[in-house]
Amino acid sequence: MTETANGAAPRPMIRLSDIHKAYGAHKALRGVSLDVAVGDVRVLIGPSGCGKSTLLRCVNLLEQPTSGTVEVGSDRFVFTENGRMPPARQLERFRTHLGMVFQQFDLFPHMTAVQNVMSGPLIVKAMPKAEARDIAMALLEKVGLAEKADVLPRNLSGGQAQRVAIARALAMEPAVILFDEATSALDPELVDEVLKVMRGLAEEGKTMIIVTHEMGFARDVANRVSFMDAGQIVEEGAAAEVFLRPQNPRTRSFLSRFHMRDGAA
Amino acid sequence: MGYEFDWSGVLNLKLWGSALSITLSYAAATIIGGMLIGVVLGVLMLSPRLWVRAPASGYVQLFRCTPLMVQIVWFYYALPIIAGFSISAWIAGGLGLTLYMGAFCAEIFRAGVISIDKGQWNAARALGMSYLKMMRHIILPQAARRMVPPFVNQSVLQLKNTSLLYVVAVPDLMYKSYEIAASTYRPLETYTVVAFIYFLILYPLTKLAKRLEARVDR
Ligand SMILES: Nc1ncnc2c1ncn2[C@@H]1O[C@H](COP(=O)(O)OP(=O)(O)O)[C@@H](O)[C@H]1O
Ligand SMILES: [Mg+2]
Repeated sequence: MTETANGAAPRPMIRLSDIHKAYGAHKALRGVSLDVAVGDVRVLIGPSGCGKSTLLRCVNLLEQPTSGTVEVGSDRFVFTENGRMPPARQLERFRTHLGMVFQQFDLFPHMTAVQNVMSGPLIVKAMPKAEARDIAMALLEKVGLAEKADVLPRNLSGGQAQRVAIARALAMEPAVILFDEATSALDPELVDEVLKVMRGLAEEGKTMIIVTHEMGFARDVANRVSFMDAGQIVEEGAAAEVFLRPQNPRTRSFLSRFHMRDGAA
Repeated sequence: MGYEFDWSGVLNLKLWGSALSITLSYAAATIIGGMLIGVVLGVLMLSPRLWVRAPASGYVQLFRCTPLMVQIVWFYYALPIIAGFSISAWIAGGLGLTLYMGAFCAEIFRAGVISIDKGQWNAARALGMSYLKMMRHIILPQAARRMVPPFVNQSVLQLKNTSLLYVVAVPDLMYKSYEIAASTYRPLETYTVVAFIYFLILYPLTKLAKRLEARVDR
């Protein structure tokens, strides 16, 4: 199914084509197409309820698109109305290529920080425990939480919990990381420590799709920005362009509600 | 009140011993049996497929919405007519109690699993976990904690419900107290003692349930 035309432009890491998603009569996504190149940081912005989370969940197929095509790396899934999800095995393998970070962190509360980070390699990849632990410790180090390795999530601050959640996603060595409002549930003073980690990942060249309301951060790290409204991408462009000279009136009105902190975060 | 108490005929451990062990054995065996049935039915009830889910739900509704006494009587007097062979009171009583407990355990299991936050399922699936791995490592360890208090409560009820065995003449505590009351002509003393025995067993259990509840809430 995956033909690579020689000499053509490099394949994008992620290609969504005409994704529709309906919940009963409600159309959450109405024909979204999106290309994300390898190493790109794509920021998705838009008002609450416009379909940002739904779109992310269609990328890693936590949600079954009603129709459209999802391509990530060499995997390609075509969805049609009344069609089925791909076989479970295939889906599970596919999802290991995509990390996801959630607004509410969703750490496993019965596991310590390091056990959370180990959970993917250990449970999904059946990696030997010692090896998984080494990987997890290195990642906790990277997000600045090595000393919290044996702490349960309920004893972590929100910012710490979210950094553990990022480490948990990284432990699977995903080709892509999806961030769904990773800082929206945090107290303001804890936002920066999480953004700092995300910024570091961007600088490493990780391919990411980031849904965020942190406009200063978005402008700094995004290569490209997509503005969504009512289930569609209504404007898309280089970050500087979209933030400085938004073309669509809806984008303009949305952005005018944020006064950007200069050099914020 | 000119009633003169006479406990001599009823305060006899030998008298109650075998009845007590029958009650406790029935409770233990039917609780364990019910738990096994409950896990199996609970898993079926969680299936996304209607044809798997529906029969399990039907079973649970049937046994939850008919009185246990009717079930026991039905297994003893009615089932043999269909089955074509007689069923001993011991088995009919045990069957009724087990299947009844199974229905409640299934519901406790199902409720425990679906009480786990959606975020946990999402996080597990996003990591690429299969349904079984997610259940085993993420959902059930959390759900099991929440199942413990309702399960202990249901077990307390189950122990009380064994007193219904008297309708098919299984010599449990309740049945024994009829016998003793009849032979000693001392119903006041007899039934007071039997109430006290039940209380002595169940009071610590309800205390335990409370303690577990407090711990799970933390
Ligand atoms: N599971 C669901 N069932 C029904 N409607 C849903 C579901 N998930 C999302 N929606 C609806 O789809 C729309 C888009 O939701 P969402 O993607 O969460 O928006 P956003 O993340 O941009 O705030 C909203 O109107 C929401 O109510
Ligand atoms: Mg959202």
